[in-house]
Amino acid sequence: MTHDILLVAVAAGVTMATRFLPFLIFRKQVPQAVRRLGAVLPCAIMGMLVVYCLKDVTPLAWPYGIPELLSCVLVAVLHIWKRNSLLSIGGGTIFYMLLVQLVF
Amino acid sequence: MTKEALRKTFLDTLPVLAGYLFLGCGFGILLSQNGYGLGWALAMSLFIYAGSGQYLAVELLAGGAGLITTAIATLLVNARHLFYGISLLDTYQDTGKAKPYLIFALTDETYSLVTQAQPPEGVSRKKYCLLVSFLDQCYWVVGCCLGALIGTYVPVSFEGVSFVLTALFVTLFVEQWLSHKEHFPAIVGVISTLCCLLICGKDIFLIPSMVLMALLLTLRPKAKRRTTT
Repeated sequence: MTHDILLVAVAAGVTMATRFLPFLIFRKQVPQAVRRLGAVLPCAIMGMLVVYCLKDVTPLAWPYGIPELLSCVLVAVLHIWKRNSLLSIGGGTIFYMLLVQLVF
Repeated sequence: MTKEALRKTFLDTLPVLAGYLFLGCGFGILLSQNGYGLGWALAMSLFIYAGSGQYLAVELLAGGAGLITTAIATLLVNARHLFYGISLLDTYQDTGKAKPYLIFALTDETYSLVTQAQPPEGVSRKKYCLLVSFLDQCYWVVGCCLGALIGTYVPVSFEGVSFVLTALFVTLFVEQWLSHKEHFPAIVGVISTLCCLLICGKDIFLIPSMVLMALLLTLRPKAKRRTTT
């Protein structure tokens, strides 16, 4: 019990540290290089998060990542077409759920 | 804040509501299957408040992992937060008393919303970010606790709903692609993560990809850099 509580505390502490560290390090002034990096990071991070979300997909084994691929394409197409986030996200998710429940 | 502004903010967070309720539920169910009840779900969603970090913590708890192992594993999974801070240094600079909470509540989804969505008219960015952060954590806490209460009863028909978060990131990725002239950062993000995933495997690829990304984005030719707005 005590060990479990400590374990949760460590997990919470380390997670908090990863969030607070940049703000603590650059508290006084932000170097130009870091500021420039920060400006372009959101675009790069979105790419990273898409890949991160798909890390458990198995392209070499059934269902070969097909439901994920089709649904991601649908989300992208819907978004380019209508530019409505809720429609893209909702449409893609419902399509994915139908695929994994009924088809694959 | 007007009713209209609240409504807009709520709609912005709606995908997160759907994703967090189900992912949180999944976490609560897993936790209770391992013998940890509602109190643990509540404490972990309040104080750790990180999706993949909490799923990892369940494994660590169940396996009786040591504290140093816990620290290292958590760092590996959550190191991506370091980048969130770096790109929000200016946005969160003068947020006063709200600052510690804004930083504490920086999940993938909250980060994505606060860096991209525009606050409704008449609402300051600080207020908007704070409301988004708070709403998102509420969804998460409710989801986790609900899961712990449901326990072993798993509603099968919701299979696949966690894809909502993938869809959220794909949407935001496309949105950024359409609204930025320069696509180099987006391409770097995808390619370096993909390469590191293939080379290092899915347990430790995040830190190498972050290093690679930071290097590529910092070292690219200066002429190109100036075109960034």
